[in-house]
Amino acid sequence: MVVVVFISMYALGDPTEVLIAPDASQEVRDKLKQELCLDRPLHEQFFYCFVGNVLHGNLGISFVHDVSATQLIFDRLPATLELAICALLLAIFIGIPLGMLAGLKPQSPIGKGIMTGSVLGFSLPTFWVGLMLILLFAVTLKWLPAGGRGETVQILGMQFSFLTRDGLIHLLLPAVNLALFKIALVIRLSRAGTMEVVHQDYIKFARAKGLSTPRIVFLHMLKNILIPIITVLGIEFGSLIAFSVVTETVFRWPGIGSLLIQSIAKLDRPVVVAYLLLVVFMFILINLVVDVVYSILDPRVRLGGRS
Amino acid sequence: MEGSIPMRTAPTKVVASESPWRRALSDFTSSRIAVAGFIILSILIMSALLAPYITPQNPYDLQQLNVLDKDMHPFAHGVDGRTYLLGTDDQGRDIYSGIVFGLRTSLIVGFGSTSVALVIGVFFGLIAAYFGGWLETIIMRVVDLQLSFPSMLIALILLALIGPGLDKVMIAIVAVQWAYYARTVRSAAIVERQKEYIEAAKCLGLSNARVLFSHLLPNSLPPIIVVATITLAQAILLEATLSFLGVGVPVTQPSLGGLIKKGSDVMLSGEYWVSFFPGMVLLVTMVSLNLVGDQLRDALNPRIKK
Amino acid sequence: MNTSTRSLLLEINSLQTWFDTRAGTVKAVDGVDLTLARGEILGLVGESGSGKSVMGYSIMRLIDLPGRIVGGSIKFYGEGTQNEDLVNATSDRMRRLRGSHIAMIFQDPMMSLNPVLRIDTQMIEAIQAHAKVSNKVARDRARDMLGKVGIPSPEERLQAYPHQFSGGMRQRVAIATAMLNKPELIIADEPTTALDVTVQAQILYEVRKLCRESGTALIWITHDIALISGLADRIAVMYAGRVVETGLVRDVIAAPRHPYTAGLMGSVPSNNPRGKPLRQIPGMTPSLSNLPKGCAFAPRCERATVTCQQVPQESPVGAEHKVRCFHPIESIPAQSRHDRIKV
Repeated sequence: MVVVVFISMYALGDPTEVLIAPDASQEVRDKLKQELCLDRPLHEQFFYCFVGNVLHGNLGISFVHDVSATQLIFDRLPATLELAICALLLAIFIGIPLGMLAGLKPQSPIGKGIMTGSVLGFSLPTFWVGLMLILLFAVTLKWLPAGGRGETVQILGMQFSFLTRDGLIHLLLPAVNLALFKIALVIRLSRAGTMEVVHQDYIKFARAKGLSTPRIVFLHMLKNILIPIITVLGIEFGSLIAFSVVTETVFRWPGIGSLLIQSIAKLDRPVVVAYLLLVVFMFILINLVVDVVYSILDPRVRLGGRS
Repeated sequence: MEGSIPMRTAPTKVVASESPWRRALSDFTSSRIAVAGFIILSILIMSALLAPYITPQNPYDLQQLNVLDKDMHPFAHGVDGRTYLLGTDDQGRDIYSGIVFGLRTSLIVGFGSTSVALVIGVFFGLIAAYFGGWLETIIMRVVDLQLSFPSMLIALILLALIGPGLDKVMIAIVAVQWAYYARTVRSAAIVERQKEYIEAAKCLGLSNARVLFSHLLPNSLPPIIVVATITLAQAILLEATLSFLGVGVPVTQPSLGGLIKKGSDVMLSGEYWVSFFPGMVLLVTMVSLNLVGDQLRDALNPRIKK
Repeated sequence: MNTSTRSLLLEINSLQTWFDTRAGTVKAVDGVDLTLARGEILGLVGESGSGKSVMGYSIMRLIDLPGRIVGGSIKFYGEGTQNEDLVNATSDRMRRLRGSHIAMIFQDPMMSLNPVLRIDTQMIEAIQAHAKVSNKVARDRARDMLGKVGIPSPEERLQAYPHQFSGGMRQRVAIATAMLNKPELIIADEPTTALDVTVQAQILYEVRKLCRESGTALIWITHDIALISGLADRIAVMYAGRVVETGLVRDVIAAPRHPYTAGLMGSVPSNNPRGKPLRQIPGMTPSLSNLPKGCAFAPRCERATVTCQQVPQESPVGAEHKVRCFHPIESIPAQSRHDRIKV
């Protein structure tokens, strides 16, 4: 994976072309190349500069911003995480109730309406919906801001929007936009799960015990359908981070996604590399977390060894 | 118990001579909404094919644009008296023409990359299933690794590597999507491989290629068709997104994503039409593709026979 | 043990439960009359598809769409209840009856306990759904009940999950759960079919003992007529959605009057002479959506005549022994029975 990252980034193009005025002397060019470790042959670039730097946690200085790429990424990371987590929560708290409702009454107008909505959710081009949200709520109605992060609060050295009113207002549209696709996904998953669980004997048995409908739905059914949903959502969290590239660009949200697009456009290689390594690392971490959560939720996995 | 009663006693109405394909067809046409999706899709494809004949201008031929007609509202009249149905952008480009030409690009990218990805994916999936062993291990490892990352991310990185352009976008989409076919075909083919007729075909001394393509392939076809409708929609969406982000089709060439990107710069000043209409067309395309795909999946899935 | 001397608990009159399917209406239960006295054990016997399970679910009002009860009445004379008709009871009323007055045990113990909830959760909630009881008291009751159904070290087992139990143990947990609120009626839908033969016998014995001790009436649904003869007081044989014969176990087993019951008896291996092929009933269970006119058993019956194209009514053939047949088998000594019913 590291090799792929290296090759893709180092074949990206010659950043000196972008960074230096076309009429600059060859001397200036060479000096910059030396600074950026570009004057060596490719294999030396890889082993001497790249691997060495990665091991030191140093991914180079951003050509454009003139600060360490790692620093730049970590400065922008909280914004993206905040956005992605908000979207995930929206997907869970909107998607699961709607999906269960559709699963409990699949033939009713409500059930069919929810399913139609989820088909629409799958078909909507995220970036366009984002623009339309801005058009409606920011341009036409002037209720919400069109972009940016708004006021932030510093916690543990990181900036967060969700603790201020202004920040929350700025967060709302991007989070909804990013969540849209996942809501549709969660609706489908929880509907399918509900429709399967509803006919299980243990639900019949629960009804035969005289339990109230809310208890059957919110304990007996929910806990069973939650297991696959959490698993899928955990993995989808990675794709939320990836898709935040689009949402951040639309809403000018200063996270790592919009940074990536700017860096690709400006051939800012170290930043792109830092982004990639971070994302790969996060994917590995997410998979670990999902495994742990899964075993907490499903007793058959947790106690598998003991029984 | 009670659930099983209706099923067991339901007399099969299917006529024995009906072929599975015809059955699927009648299943498909039984859903009015899917048929509607299919009709809309046909209209979209026809208009993309006939683009030069049904539009007033070639919106990407700068000679035909009139800068005096820039930023016009829908239904506004240009300096030479013509009507711009959906308005114009900041270069005086007719949005309606832009959409039809952009749709053309979308469909070219969609169908083009999907069919190439299909051929590559089916090929690798089949040989993985048929030969097994280390070949299968290598192919499936690559597939798994690729599928564990969002397609968006992979396409973005690939385009950062090879640069923007129509052909580059198609390469990126093929690279992202072949893995879906490979996985689908392999799992379908593995089931078939274990059946006796494959053994019989081998015993008859048929060549590997013959067994692969005339026996394994046809039986893996239904899932391939379903995956194809899904990936076709995804390919179109991916192209539009990448073009919107500025790493796909360059703004000097027609594309729906590019038009929407143009519109996003002027939207805050209230010029909604540059983004709105191309997005609507994109949306309609996606919805009709998904409707057709959903119904195909139900019709071709032998497990959901009602 | 007869109905007239003991007070009535359940009275079912011409009950009809139908399923509307695309292929037509499936009359799973079509005009069933049944009575049950307090503390009585009734064996409801029939092949799969005879409608016996649907009967059980109908009494519980647990029939899901496309099924529905289209006619008849289910009178329940429970303690503290006002002789209500369960067919017309509100769903909230039914919820309160379920689990407290009428409980049910299901066929597959692997499926009837929720896999992701602990046993104590699943038992305590059954108590608390019907009475305001503290967790501690409810838990103690649950533990005692587990002990009664023969689960060793119940205190620890309460904290276990269903997958940590064997099939037989799970069924004991289900039985304990059903008995928690001292119901007046338990409906057991083939609860031992999925279990080993040895476990089957133990559970059968224990359920019978518990019901006798607490005076609980029991409807035991099964396809195994041999099993029921050792357990029940009375027996009702179902065929194609109707009860074709009902009577005290000793009467029906000793001298079945309906040709179908006789056929069922004849196909029990131990009733057959060694070395001879097993007797069987010719033909197959008819499709419930397309029943023959008149007596549904007529096409498979060697005694059938033209008369059988009419629907036979229930007619008494002895004390508490009724049969739905135009040509019931005459009461004859058991020894010579096998010679008469040739297949």
